[in-house]
Amino acid sequence: MLKIKNIFLSLLLSIFTSFAFAAGEMHEPMHPDWSFQGPLGKFERAELQRGYQVYTEVCSSCHSMDLLSYRNLIQEGGPEFSEKQVKAMAAMFEVEAGPDADGEMFMRPAILSDKFVSPWKNEQEGRISNGGAYPPDLSVMVKARPGGADYLYSLLLGYEDETPEGITLDDGVYYNIYAKNQKIAMPQVIYEDGVEYTDGTAATEVQMARDVTAFLAWSAEPKLEERKRIGFKVIIYLIILSFLLYFTNKRIWKDTSH
Amino acid sequence: MSDDYQPQSAVAKWIDKRLPIVTLFSGHLMQFPTPKNLNYWWTFGGILTFCLITQIITGLVLAMHYIADANLAFASVEHIMRDVNYGWLLRYIHATGASMFFIAVYLHMARSLFYGSYKEPRELIWIIGVFIFLLMVATAFMGYVLPWGQMSFWGATVITNLFSAVPFFGEAITNWLWGDYSVSGALLTRFFTLHYLMPFLIFGLVILHIWALHVPGNNNPEGIDVVKGQDTVPFHPHYVVKDVLALVVFMIIFAGFVFFSPNILGHSDNYIQANPLQTPEHIVPEWYFLPFYAILRAIPDKLGGVIAMVSAIAILAFIPWLDSSKVRSCKYRPLYRQFYWILIIDFIVLGYLGAQPATGIYLILGRLATLYYFLHFILVMPLIGYIEKPKPLPKSISEPVLSKEEQLAKSGQMA
Ligand code: HEC
Ligand code: HEM
Repeated sequence: MLKIKNIFLSLLLSIFTSFAFAAGEMHEPMHPDWSFQGPLGKFERAELQRGYQVYTEVCSSCHSMDLLSYRNLIQEGGPEFSEKQVKAMAAMFEVEAGPDADGEMFMRPAILSDKFVSPWKNEQEGRISNGGAYPPDLSVMVKARPGGADYLYSLLLGYEDETPEGITLDDGVYYNIYAKNQKIAMPQVIYEDGVEYTDGTAATEVQMARDVTAFLAWSAEPKLEERKRIGFKVIIYLIILSFLLYFTNKRIWKDTSH
Repeated sequence: MSDDYQPQSAVAKWIDKRLPIVTLFSGHLMQFPTPKNLNYWWTFGGILTFCLITQIITGLVLAMHYIADANLAFASVEHIMRDVNYGWLLRYIHATGASMFFIAVYLHMARSLFYGSYKEPRELIWIIGVFIFLLMVATAFMGYVLPWGQMSFWGATVITNLFSAVPFFGEAITNWLWGDYSVSGALLTRFFTLHYLMPFLIFGLVILHIWALHVPGNNNPEGIDVVKGQDTVPFHPHYVVKDVLALVVFMIIFAGFVFFSPNILGHSDNYIQANPLQTPEHIVPEWYFLPFYAILRAIPDKLGGVIAMVSAIAILAFIPWLDSSKVRSCKYRPLYRQFYWILIIDFIVLGYLGAQPATGIYLILGRLATLYYFLHFILVMPLIGYIEKPKPLPKSISEPVLSKEEQLAKSGQMA
């Protein structure tokens, strides 16, 4: 009884105090223009392809993307790599398979239907490698934070060389303007020329942050383009239908005084 | 109403002789005499039926792919979003549909309150409505738990913990409810079962609701009894078309949410998989529960808060007897009308406060708004009936219509 009461009280307390935190200790993120904004917005293929490259070369050493399979990279509305490209990209990762005829598990190169290979065997391994902080899965990250893509983009660029006075950082904690309480357990990972883009684009910090954020926006909402396309048609159809009904209705009620 | 109806085709005749279902539907959905002066606030009944059916159909298909297991639920919802054909559409319709359902039900209830549709002889229609609302609340709450995100888990934790406020048996009840010593997969599977079941119970209540409605017939904006024939039109096509028109406009807004901002009505924390070890910064219920959440938190005592929250809905069932006025429609109740709008504002303020921290000024306002909510029903409603001098009622609903035309005709003669 007492335990439940305590849990409950601390819960309520956390509800009551949280708003003060949220309001006072987060900074409004930057608001760059995104191609996928707005009712007609779409992803840019090249941006998503570069974003995948940044994810694989920079983020994937710490962050998993469990909800994605390699085949998703081919699908319409995504980066739309060719099947051949993705087969080659998947083959760079190894997955455990089996058991074979002898009952042994074995390693084989990943194929299209495999999920993205995780950097960690389990959460504990991820934690111990990152000073106790687990790098969260990035599959739906853009939808899992209030500021969405704006927040992620800002966070990636929010590191400063100098920590302002009055802020003390524990070991393995970094100063970031856009993080909650300006502290985060992820180091700065985006540096100029951190990747060499295959399409020749100059890999500035802003470019890389943009590309990888767009890629994560797609991974969180892979059906975005289809959704907006269908939605547009549905709404036009409903508007026309409502006009027709409006006049039908008028006609029906013509002779009734009301 | 349907006495004069005869089925036309041979098949219809054959069936109707053995099971008069053709006559039943024809009587209740085609010829049913309906007051001719109903305004668009009367279209929400049809809209609500649409919402229920939409939830049931999308829910059934979701249930074919959803897995009610603490380890798999979150991923199965994402599987629906990513791999099931049009799964994203089904899920967004279902999740947004719950919000649209509540928008419609709140407007429907506000309509009934304004035009006195809860009064004699329609008390039972109203009371059944209160039960439908209760079941909707339970259904939506349990549905929100199913995706097993952070808000699902912690929302379920906060609300199920309320049962521990029951004296003596609190802990036993909570553990029984959980099927465990904390919120876990056991709760998820039973919530799924109940979430699946309840919409069908709602469906049954909706049939009773309409059955009860079709005994006295619809109330109307004038709030006076209608004279059949003179004041009524057949339901079809007059109201069928009008209801469908309103429904299509409603669907435009619905589609706007589904296709262009499907996540705006939800909470971003629910895209983080449930984690019993990590309490979210703030736990907020879905927007449609906020007024009741504000009432829950207004009372400094847990048990008291629960009682207040439940009473806030339960008290609605008693208003046919709390309202002492003989006049139904607020159109003719100049004094009560003012208080009606104060109540509506009070409810919206409660909703706003439900999303704020219950501290300082918000807490004080929350308490005042809660107090006023109850005072409205137990004090204002009974008293005003005695104090108020209602405006003269028209003799029939055709009268104000005619007189308006007469006025027009008169002004024409004068010019
Ligand atoms: C060296 C390992 C490492 C790399 C590389 C890395 N991260 Fe992180 N990341 C972390 C850790 C650890 C956390 C958890 C931080 C915390 O809890 O404070 C984290 C957290 C995050 C978060 C969540 C922040 C929040 O609001 O909770 C996002 C988003 C993120 N990383 C994106 C990225 C992206 C995008 C990349 C690649 C450009 C990347 N990370 C590369 C270690 C890493
Ligand atoms: C009164 C009608 C109903 C209401 C108000 C309602 C409400 C909800 C809500 C709010 C959710 C959470 C949505 C989310 O955030 O993902 C949900 C999920 C779900 N509901 Fe319903 N529901 C109704 C009817 C039904 C029916 C009839 C079924 C099954 C036959 C059903 C099956 C499901 C399933 C499987 C989920 C989990 C998938 C998901 O989260 O999208 N629902 N419901």
